[in-house]
Amino acid sequence: MEAFSQNNKTIIEIKDLKKSYGDNHVLNGFNMRLVEGENLVIMGKSGSGKSVMIKCLIGLEEPDSGSIIVMGKDISTLERDELDELRTEVGFLFQGSALYDSMTVRENLEFPLRRHTKKFGVIKDTTPLVMEALENVGLAKTIDLMPEELSGGMKRRIALARTLILQPKIILYDEPTTGLDPITAKEIILLMQSIQKKYNTSAIIITHDVDCARAISNRMILLIDGINYAEGTFNELHASKDPKIQAFFK
Amino acid sequence: MKAISKIIASFKAFLLEIGELSSFAGRFFQEVFKRPFEFKEFIRQCYNMGNRSLLLVAVTGFIIGLVFTLQSRPTLQEFGAVSWMPSMVSISIIREIGPIITALICAGRIGSGIGAELGSMRVTEQIDAMEVSGTNPFKYLVVTRILATTLMLPILVFFGDIIALYGSYLVENTKGNVSFLLYFNKVAEALEFGDLIPATIKSFFFGFAIGLVGCFKGYNCKKGTAGVGLAANSAVVFTSMLLFIIDFIAVFITNIFYDL
Repeated sequence: MEAFSQNNKTIIEIKDLKKSYGDNHVLNGFNMRLVEGENLVIMGKSGSGKSVMIKCLIGLEEPDSGSIIVMGKDISTLERDELDELRTEVGFLFQGSALYDSMTVRENLEFPLRRHTKKFGVIKDTTPLVMEALENVGLAKTIDLMPEELSGGMKRRIALARTLILQPKIILYDEPTTGLDPITAKEIILLMQSIQKKYNTSAIIITHDVDCARAISNRMILLIDGINYAEGTFNELHASKDPKIQAFFK
Repeated sequence: MKAISKIIASFKAFLLEIGELSSFAGRFFQEVFKRPFEFKEFIRQCYNMGNRSLLLVAVTGFIIGLVFTLQSRPTLQEFGAVSWMPSMVSISIIREIGPIITALICAGRIGSGIGAELGSMRVTEQIDAMEVSGTNPFKYLVVTRILATTLMLPILVFFGDIIALYGSYLVENTKGNVSFLLYFNKVAEALEFGDLIPATIKSFFFGFAIGLVGCFKGYNCKKGTAGVGLAANSAVVFTSMLLFIIDFIAVFITNIFYDL
């Protein structure tokens, strides 16, 4: 994907983010900015703090210091209700899909809708919304299946449908193609691209899949030792002579 | 020296866990009265816990009633006091054996189930997924389960008590040719409200403890899939210990009232 205009409106801004677990300093002053409509890929080694950063961003982890502004709101100052409301604008695709295994696909998709009467009003019949989300990921036939009856790729798609059902403006992808075979991974990448086109969402994609990064990124950040070590387009970073950067593309 | 520092460390960890459990219970009381109420999930949990434990409680209660009567009969016979059997069995079962045995069974059956279920939801990020979808997972998963165990345990205890008394009656009927009406008349004569009310109140606390510890262990599960097993296991151990402590306190308080 080509480079993206950085003049668009900023929707996420992270400044000097620090997070430690005991003596393990995971994030040491991470900075980031996401603009409207942009796909930002964050790459880093396992344990480099990518998932911790994304969890801080959505309020699942509390940072030790630094500020996180999402759509103009500092998430550290938000009350629980305000945070929940903001979360309807930020979808999160978990690495392991995280489908509720005691619920059918339909119930999985209906679940987030129940709480957000402010955004959607009281929905008497959720079927059209559920069907639309499932059709977007090409799995309308699975509506009455249980998660255990689905393959890994199907689970990932259903999880994406569950993320989409709240019509978020930003989607956070945590390793969207990890654990999938190359063909399914490619399908997921195509799906992510089509969703971005259709709904004009912005996205932060955490991955160490170079093909995924090449296909989807407008801009990339390499997270090394808890800081943004390098930043640029895929081609700029790919052309770098720095051995630490090159290690990601080998 | 090493042994002493190990003991001190584990005592500290125990105190820390008690503190965390208290704060978890505090959060429960904060959330329980807040809207929205997850009524559907609460009913589903009541049904699951009650219905699925019914057979186990019934079988155990029946055997306890049977064995208790069989074991006590020869001694009472020796003193020519067999006619006291219904009174003795009913008071023992209603006051103590019924509630504590049912609670221990439910700690194993329900408490470990809750610990494993929530633990597995935690490690597979399902609880995080609820959180990011703007649903309060504590309210949906924890509050409903604790309320369900608190409500269902007294019902299961009552059911178990009746079955245990029936088991006892069968022995009396076989060995002493005592009729159903006579046996249960004797039971009714022996029992007072002072036996039923403390046992019922105690059962609510037992139910609360089972739900609270199971949820606490599962909700705070760490260390991946191994942690799930640990959560289920420690839920049972911790709850069983807590049940005996609650029982001791309940008996102590009841005795104060009896003395008045």
